[in-house]
Amino acid sequence: MSDNRLSVLKTYKLFVGGTFPRSESGRVYEVTDAKGQWLANAPLASRKDARDAVVAARKAFGGWSGATAYNRGQILYRVAEMLEGRRDQFIREVADGEGLSRAKATAQVDAAIDRWVWYAGWSDKTAQIAGSANPVAGPYFNLSAPEPTGVVALLAPQASSFLGLVSVIAPAIVTGNTAVVVASEKSPLPALSLAEVLATSDLPGGVVNLLSGRTAEIATPLAAHQDVNAIDLAGADAELATELEKAAAENLKRVLRPQAVDWAADPGTGRLLAFLETKTVWHPMGA
Amino acid sequence: MPTTVPAYGKEAAERLASLADVTADDGALRRFLHGLPGVDAVGLQARAATLGTRSIKTTAKAYAIDLAISMIDLTTLEGADTPGKVRALCAKGINPDPTDRTTPRVAAICVYGDMVATAKEALKGSGIHVAAVATAFPSGRAALPVKLADTRDAVAAGADEIDMVIDRGAFLSGRYLEVFEEIRRVKEACVREDGTAAHLKVIFETGELQTYDNVRRASWLAMLAGADFIKTSTGKVAVNATPPVTLVLLEAVRDFRATTGVQVGVKPAGGIRTSKDAIKYLVMVNETLGAEWLSPEWFRFGASSLLNDLLMQRQKLSTGRYSGPDYVTVD
Amino acid sequence: MPVFEYAPAPESRAVVDIAPSYGLFIDGEFAEAGDGKVFKTFSPSSEEVLSEVAQAGAEDVDRAVRAARKAFGAWSALPGAERAKYLFRIARIIQERSRELAVLESLDNGKPIRESRDADLPLVAAHFFYYAGWADKLAHAGYGPDPKPLGVAGQVIPWNFPLLMLAWKIAPALATGNTVVLKPAETTPLSALFFADVCRQAGLPKGVVNIVTGDGSTGAELVAHPGIDKVAFTGSTEVGKAIARTVAGTKKKVTLELGGKAANIVFDDAPIDQAVEGIIGGIFFNQGHVCCAGSRLLVQESVQDELLDALKRRMSTLRVGDPLDKNTDIGAINSAEQLARIRALADAGEAEGAERWAPPCELPSSGYWFAPTLFTGVTQAHRIAREEIFGPVLSVLTFRTPEEAVAKANNTPYGLSAGIWTEKGSRILWMANKLRAGVVWSNTFNKFDPASPFGGYKESGYGREGGRHGLEAYLDV
Repeated sequence: MSDNRLSVLKTYKLFVGGTFPRSESGRVYEVTDAKGQWLANAPLASRKDARDAVVAARKAFGGWSGATAYNRGQILYRVAEMLEGRRDQFIREVADGEGLSRAKATAQVDAAIDRWVWYAGWSDKTAQIAGSANPVAGPYFNLSAPEPTGVVALLAPQASSFLGLVSVIAPAIVTGNTAVVVASEKSPLPALSLAEVLATSDLPGGVVNLLSGRTAEIATPLAAHQDVNAIDLAGADAELATELEKAAAENLKRVLRPQAVDWAADPGTGRLLAFLETKTVWHPMGA
Repeated sequence: MPTTVPAYGKEAAERLASLADVTADDGALRRFLHGLPGVDAVGLQARAATLGTRSIKTTAKAYAIDLAISMIDLTTLEGADTPGKVRALCAKGINPDPTDRTTPRVAAICVYGDMVATAKEALKGSGIHVAAVATAFPSGRAALPVKLADTRDAVAAGADEIDMVIDRGAFLSGRYLEVFEEIRRVKEACVREDGTAAHLKVIFETGELQTYDNVRRASWLAMLAGADFIKTSTGKVAVNATPPVTLVLLEAVRDFRATTGVQVGVKPAGGIRTSKDAIKYLVMVNETLGAEWLSPEWFRFGASSLLNDLLMQRQKLSTGRYSGPDYVTVD
Repeated sequence: MPVFEYAPAPESRAVVDIAPSYGLFIDGEFAEAGDGKVFKTFSPSSEEVLSEVAQAGAEDVDRAVRAARKAFGAWSALPGAERAKYLFRIARIIQERSRELAVLESLDNGKPIRESRDADLPLVAAHFFYYAGWADKLAHAGYGPDPKPLGVAGQVIPWNFPLLMLAWKIAPALATGNTVVLKPAETTPLSALFFADVCRQAGLPKGVVNIVTGDGSTGAELVAHPGIDKVAFTGSTEVGKAIARTVAGTKKKVTLELGGKAANIVFDDAPIDQAVEGIIGGIFFNQGHVCCAGSRLLVQESVQDELLDALKRRMSTLRVGDPLDKNTDIGAINSAEQLARIRALADAGEAEGAERWAPPCELPSSGYWFAPTLFTGVTQAHRIAREEIFGPVLSVLTFRTPEEAVAKANNTPYGLSAGIWTEKGSRILWMANKLRAGVVWSNTFNKFDPASPFGGYKESGYGREGGRHGLEAYLDV
């Protein structure tokens, strides 16, 4: 590439219901690199964008949770293939946004892609580790199986803008939940680019909705929203988390509190199992 | 809901005739029987078991014991039956407890057809009916003419009631119309020369029908064909009357009356040996059908050893002491 | 025509000896409340005072939590097999004393002895047996090789199944190595206090189980106490939300088992007689004081008349009265307050135009009673179709297609249980898959087992009790 060529910049947009709207508010905010250099203008999502995202996620829930686990696994794997193809772009965005060396950013992106593959494989195994056949004391067939909780609001980790992001999205959706994701406030660009990958990966529109902006501003209506079933507070500080947990009590959202997480470490099944409901079905056994 | 008429009356026959489309051919009958609501075995058994936990004490128990005695078809169905044995049983039926003349009489004496005349003679004037098993009892494996002759013989000998067995083979292989026709023909054979008729009890041998769905279908089939009573068992196979099977019969006569207005009786038979068991059945009748079925006209026990246990319990209630087998008669 | 009248068959009260007063059970000893406050517990069937019970205040709760904390170290350090043996002992002692405890439960709660004897107590013992067996097998439960207990569990239970809810709370907590402070409901404290005596007989170390009696304020103190690591609550959704707010921002793990408005869905091909039994058991079991009660009957229009006839006929055979009579099917409403609430909602049903029906039914003159009641012509918009009545009141709605049945069944903020009645297997599985409820009973209803996880979706709460799943609530995972 010639050094004096003027590059073509991208206008970053929100991702809601499979489309790329600008923020309903028409506002943007300046995203800078670690040294304060301008990188891009990101949409500053409003309460209304959050509401639209919930509507889109709810609309997508029936189809996505009703898809076969195999199908969801195939689609998630397809996402990983697309991520691999855009690897360089993500490395650049992570390096810029998080102020990492290219080598460290590469490690982050590779881990994220591998993590996505790892979670893709869980689609048709979760029920087998989280379910049970229950030997009740009577002539009844009794089986417990996990089901997705519904619409999950995910506050993506603030510091780990891509590996952390992937680590909260993939486990939530692989089991059939749909998600409204609030990107890292300071480094939203990898999340907004991930939207472009998701849009081209057979993932039905609305399964993942990505918002950028002020975490507290977007998260507050999400935590209070009566049609959101669960909230992952990974990207909230202690004070905000407490406030959101209180708001979430109004419709008894399942709340995953923020914890210190090493995103590079083996994630285990915790996040995978956090947004599941166990359904137990009984039926008599008689001729 | 249509007005109630007894299954043995003329009006009942007219009501059944109006349902002729259901029994017009094998296909229609099959569609009807298979269209009956299914029976969930576990739920049925749970309901019967719960009814079995009713606690019947003091005055209620005394009432139930006397009612149960009055509902017994006191039965002897042995190859070794003799006139002497049958006469002794009749004497017992008339006067179950020689020490207490307030003891009610049984409803009927149930014997093989060749013993009908003997029983009839022994019961003369007592008001106790003679019931005869017929139609190649207990297997039901004979040609129709033989079964009809068997029935006519017993009726001619004076039987008040005929306990027939259905052809389980035909039923299980789905030849419902054949079973239906056989019952109808036997019902015709129950008619005496004077135009009156012996009451017909139809035995399903529920232990061989195996499923509760089959028992419900057999119940409706028999009632459509004119059964005056439906009866669980011969007492000659491994599994005889059970509370859940009897509950299916009770539900069937209840629903049949609701649909047609025709009231049909129920007789569990075989394996009911204790007062406790008998009272459980009465509770089941009480809470499924109500008082209208709580008489010997509409509910019977087919039993032999049950009577003595009821008598011992009766003595206990009147004396306050537990009785023993030496204080009831063995016949 | 003579009628088969069942003579009274009362279970003997002599089997249970209720003391005139009870203290709080803290650190293995009964003690009065610090401020000496007490309250009375009544028999709801006679309004007679059964006993006087200590009202625990903040200081008492603190003392109980500190006792539990003190006991935690040694209890959690015990080999699982030893903890198991304590739980097995408790299970056995409950079986031995089951008649006494059943009578006590019927006295204090008002439920029929037939249910306390045949349902509550057997399930209580079974629950302890089940979790006893887990105590030394936690490494195999799917929560990692060496899952740890949380610490002190604060447990608040309701009045509808006092001893059974205690078992649901205490058995898994102890099996996993936690110690507990349990607050029984204000109107039914006695069986928990008798359980304290069971613990004494079992030789349970002091402080492992602490019982603090009191009203809602005692429960609030317990939940808010900074010294507890885990909150387990069964009760109303309203209180559940308050608890969720209270624990916000803490590290306390929470499980909530809350209200419900379950749909019991009957298709035209249902096994109708068993469906009727399932509907009856679904709403009238325990006077309808059941969070998973099938309080909304959704019946397919094509069988509505037939089903309602059968249902009314069956309701007419229900025997309402003395809880200690062995033939009683429906006992007393637990409290005057609850009776008022049931009456108010039933009146609202009538006022909103639904048609009310109850069989002729003579109710005792003293105590709190409500006849089994049916409302027809109910729509999703009626309060009696949306609000949990927690009483013997059934709302009947209709549907035409499976899709409509699912839509109506799910059209509620609750999601605890649901019932399906059809003989068509594939439809059962389709429905079970679509219903947003934690327990789906198909061709049966209100079945419970310690091996079977129980708990709700949505505003019916979170977490599961029972089964392998029930361990998670008490483990640091």
